[in-house]
Parts: sequence; C-alpha cells; structure tokens
Amino acid sequence: MTPSPRYAFAAPPELRGPGPRRPVAVIGSGPVGLTCALDLATRGIPVVVLDDDDTVASGSRAICWAKRTLEIWDRLGVAEAMVAQGVTWNVGRVFHRDRELYRFDLLPESGHRRPAFINLPQYTVERILIERAADFPDLIDLRWRSEVTGLTPVGDGVRLAVATPEGAYDLDVDWVIAADGARSPTRTRMGLALHGQRFEERFLIADVRMRAAFPTERLFWFEPTFHAGQSALLHRQPDDVFRIDFQLGPDADPDREREPERVMARVRAVVGADTPVTLEWCSVYSFRCARLDRFVHGRVVFVGDAAHVVSPFGARGGNGGVQDADNLCWKLALVLKREANAALIGTYDEERGHGADENILQSSRTTAFMTPKSPAERLLRDGVLALAGEAPFARALLNAGRLSRPCSLAGLSLQTPDDGGGPQDGPVPGTACPDAPVSDAAGRPGWLLDRLGGTGFTLLVFAGAAPPVLPDLPGLGIVVVAATPLAVAGAESLADPDGVAARRYGAMPGTTYLIRPDAHVAARFAAPDGAAIAAALARATGRAGAPFREAA
Amino acid sequence: MLRRDDGFAGRGDDAFALLIRAHDGLSEAESAALNARLVLILAHEVGDLAVLDAAVALARHSLNPEPSPGKPSPSEPSPGETP
Ligand SMILES: Cc1cc2nc3c(=O)[nH]c(=O)nc-3n(C[C@H](O)[C@H](O)[C@H](O)COP(=O)(O)OP(=O)(O)OC[C@H]3O[C@@H](n4cnc5c(N)ncnc54)[C@H](O)[C@@H]3O)c2cc1C
Repeated sequence: MTPSPRYAFAAPPELRGPGPRRPVAVIGSGPVGLTCALDLATRGIPVVVLDDDDTVASGSRAICWAKRTLEIWDRLGVAEAMVAQGVTWNVGRVFHRDRELYRFDLLPESGHRRPAFINLPQYTVERILIERAADFPDLIDLRWRSEVTGLTPVGDGVRLAVATPEGAYDLDVDWVIAADGARSPTRTRMGLALHGQRFEERFLIADVRMRAAFPTERLFWFEPTFHAGQSALLHRQPDDVFRIDFQLGPDADPDREREPERVMARVRAVVGADTPVTLEWCSVYSFRCARLDRFVHGRVVFVGDAAHVVSPFGARGGNGGVQDADNLCWKLALVLKREANAALIGTYDEERGHGADENILQSSRTTAFMTPKSPAERLLRDGVLALAGEAPFARALLNAGRLSRPCSLAGLSLQTPDDGGGPQDGPVPGTACPDAPVSDAAGRPGWLLDRLGGTGFTLLVFAGAAPPVLPDLPGLGIVVVAATPLAVAGAESLADPDGVAARRYGAMPGTTYLIRPDAHVAARFAAPDGAAIAAALARATGRAGAPFREAA
Repeated sequence: MLRRDDGFAGRGDDAFALLIRAHDGLSEAESAALNARLVLILAHEVGDLAVLDAAVALARHSLNPEPSPGKPSPSEPSPGETP
C-alpha cells in the first residue's frame, strides 16, 4: 500500500477571534462528507469541512462504486479520475461448491457512459475528492485535525465547538451536515440512536496482492470446496490487489482469525500454493443494518453512515451515502439562496429515508440468505442452491447480493404523478434519468446525463422534424433532443441519431420531462405545456403546499 | 413443462422472505409439517398433474449428488429443460 497522504493543519481565523457565521459546516471528510462539499461548491455555496484526522481512510473499506455514484461524481468532475484509476466490471458469477450456477451482467446494453461498477479503494476515492476540493479554494474550507467536540442549537442555526492542535474555537453555522460515520459522535451528542438489526455472523476480509488470472468479475461461492460450509466473495482491485471475503460463522474468534498465518492459509486455499501472494490488509468484522428514525433534526442533517449502516453485501453503504449527498445538496442550496422554504429539507428525510429502508431490506435479505438461522431456513436456502443450476426461478430466489442501484423516488411528495397522457415507457417520475449517447449541434459526441440537472432544473423536450414551441419559464434549462439537431432559441440542441435517447425515454415528438438537479425525473408530459410544468416545478421545489413531513 | 419465465414477476425476494417468515417460531417437526401442508396446498393450486410430475422429477433429480458437475447423469430425466 502506498503511504497515506498527510494533510496539513492550517490555523483558521476563528482561532484569533469570533468569525462570521457560515452557511454550512460538514462534519467528517469521508466519501459522503466530501461529496457534499463538492456538490455545494458547484452550486456556489461556501462550506467548511471539519475532520478530526489528517488523512484518508485507512485499511480496506469500500471498494465497489456503482454506476449511479459515478454519474453523480461526473457532475462533480471526479468520475473520470475514478474510472481511470479503478477497474471496471459488469459481470458477476455465482458458484455452489465447484459448480458455476450462473452468471449475470449488470449492464447488458451499450450506450452508457459509465459501467455498472468500478472497484477502487476508498482511500483513493477520498484522495481524488480532496484533490478536487482544492479547485474551489474560495468555497471549500477543508480543516484537518479539527474535531467537533460540541454542538448547540442557537436560534435558527448551530454553534459547533471545534478542538484543534492549536486550541479550540466556536463556529456558528446555518446548517450542519453530520457525515461523521458509523460511530457518529454527533449522533451520540444529540442523544440519537440507530435502530435495526445486528448480525452475529463474522466475516474475514483479506486484501492480497498477487498475479492471478481471476477475471475482473464479482465471484461469489456458496460452500466453496476451499472454505467448507461457508461462503466467499472475490473482487479484483487495481494494481494486482484482490479482496477476498470469507464468511466465518458466528463463533469465530476475531483475534485468532486475524493472525496472518491463519489468514494466509485461507487465502492459499483459494489461489493455490504456487501463486506468490502477499497480505496487504485484513480485518474481521460483523455488522448491523440500522438507521436513525429521522435524518433531519432542526438544522442538523445526517448523511451517510452517520444516518444508516448496512452490511457490505450489495455495496450499498458508500453508494447509498453518495445518493444522500446528491439528494440533500441541491435542496440545501435552494433554501440557502432563499429560493425554497426550509421545509424542503424535510423531503430529504422522506426520500433518503426511503432509500435507506430499501438498502437495509436488500442487504439484510442477502445476509439472511448467507446465514440461515434455523434448520427450516437452511433447508429452504439449500433447496434454492440445489435447484439454481437447472431452474431459472431458483436463480431469482438465490441471493448472493442485490447490488446497489439508483433508488427510485416514485410516489413521494416532490414528484408529480403521470396524468396518463405522457409517455407510456421510460423513467416514471422519481426515477434516476437513464443515460444515452448524444451529440451537440457541432456534431461532437457526448452523453445525455451531462446535460441534465446539475446547477438547476432541466426541461428535456423530445422533438420531431419541427422545432417545439417552448414555454417561457425563467431559470429553467431547456434541452431539445431530436434525430437531427434543431435550432431552438433559448435551448440547447442535441442530436439523437440512433434514437437511443428517445427509446430509453419512451419519447414521441413533444414528450417532455422535468428533471431535478439530482437528475431524477420530477414530472413528464405529452407536450411542453407551460402551466403544467410550472405547477410541477413548484411542487418539486416544495412551493406547492405539498404535504411534507416536518423537518424539525 | 415447468415455466422458464419469472413466475414471481420480479418479486422473488419477497416470495422467499414470505416462505422463511412462515417458519418463525416453529420447531423442526412443526416446520416439516408446515412444509408438507404447503406442498399439498400449492400442488392443488397448480392442479395440472403433468406439471406436478415434472416438479417432482426436478426436485428428486436435484437431491442426487452430481456425478459430473453441471450435467445431469444420462439415466436421470432432465426435468426443467425444454427439449
Ligand atoms: C469492509 C467494508 C467494505 C465496504 N465495502 C463497500 C463497498 O464496496 N461499497 C460501498 O459503497 N460501501 C462499502 N462499505 C461502506 C463504506 O465504507 C461506508 O458506507 C462509507 O465509508 C461511509 O462514508 P461516510 O463519509 O458516511 O463516513 P466515513 O467514511 O466513516 O467518514 C467519517 C469521517 O468523519 C470523521 N469524524 C468522526 N468524528 C468526527 C468529529 N467529531 N469531528 C470531525 N470529524 C469526525 C472521521 O475521521 C471520518 O473521516 C464498506 C464498509 C466496510 C467496513
């Protein structure tokens, strides 16, 4: 492992005396806190990030980053670097004993900019995000070795107490984003607890360096011959590093299982005696699937592991947290710019609470499938394994991980339900927008997702041969997609020569999507009707008296 | 004979969770009794004897240790495979 970078502490002005009140402080510079900082900065909101440490994540934590996360990071200008340094994969294989049961392809179609997944260690992800933060020197104030030690609500803001190597200071802010991880001191400080389920099963994770011919695919074994009675998972990482997860059972002794000789014996059983292999890192863990009942408490908003924790199977922890950041920051920016009421933040709780429930359900089910609790459960599980080779239905029941997918926000407050007149196919309101290859008026190839959401709401209008008549809605970006680019005043024109975008959006000439800044569909229509769009826009920004759950 | 499409219409995980929950709090003997009753009820819901016959054959076949991985032994029927 390359040595971790150390980031220098710089004495902030508050150490010399009280400073101005800031709009936002983020507690914690993990992947989720850093994504929040970048997202807010791209929206012009200054942010102070406080982290108690002076470096990136240590050891092996997250490695699998999903397509949706990469699409969010594309908007923040970091996905290219992530993909370049990571390894790309789309395919998984499931084995039972020495027999391959089936393989699945998470992205069987082309015409997407990003793959289903990349594998890249969390410390590299954080390093790339930190480097990117340096591009916003006036907006992102990253403060290392700055531990938040106190938090007091003051009027409509919060006072944070911060401890540094050169003394303590207070920081007054309008909003706090608590991104301080699974053990969140902020949570404890506010007397809040995660509720959920703890799993007794222990797992060994070993990162090993070796030259091995394993494919760049997710390999999962039930009861492998090399690790009897349990399960195992293998992922390739960059630089000839592989991650192997071994299920150890509930009674394993963590200290003993961490002993390098013991770990290496298990590793050797997988890779054979002849492959030269070195152990980079190992740890033994058990986990919880749990969440805060509410993510918004006055002016303190919980994101990432501070708000919810899941088992690693399905890669839903970090990826779920990045979706939190994506969901929260545009709302917070609108509120801070006084373009939306503070009640809009309540919809973060509604939408990401739903996302957390989905992630918890999926990762709990996978864990349950791997660790049957009763003889009856084991019989059913083993029955599925025995049938999966031959019977397709059993492959649908077999649960070796339901990998992170973009969360659908369909049916929640901000979305305007279809009135039936709009597209019959394509993403329903609440869905994350699918990508498609397009080209601009000059014929340069690009990606549809680059043109949607981002700094504000976008109107995506599909056209035939004639330019559409567009409504006059100030502040709304308009993108017109047609087979050949049309010149339309006040809109960006894109060509969809092969009709991939039109197909993915179920579009006819006139089909119109209202798209949120986080590239989820807010509403869709048969035609770009100004009044209907204005009403949907008001609803999507919380201005329509739509019923919100209280944010307080 | 046996359907090859997704009879659970995308809700396989919900169906499996439902089956697991059905055994909550039961002893092993009670679980076995529950399974037997479920088989009878579901067999009746299926109704078609030819389908039941194929289901029984597939289930029995899957009990046998496989002589060669991935391939059913020639003496066994090959249920679940459309000819
Ligand atoms: C073995 C393992 C494998 C995993 N694999 C995956 C995977 O493949 N894909 C995936 O998406 N997720 C995975 N996860 C989950 C992922 O690691 C977490 O979800 C992710 O780290 C959460 O990020 P975060 O920013 O919310 O919190 P963290 O990364 O925990 O960051 C919290 C930060 O807050 C700081 N902090 C804490 N207290 C204070 C304080 N008082 N003041 C200032 N700063 C403070 C900490 O120093 C830290 O920097 C895995 C986890 C584990 C353990």
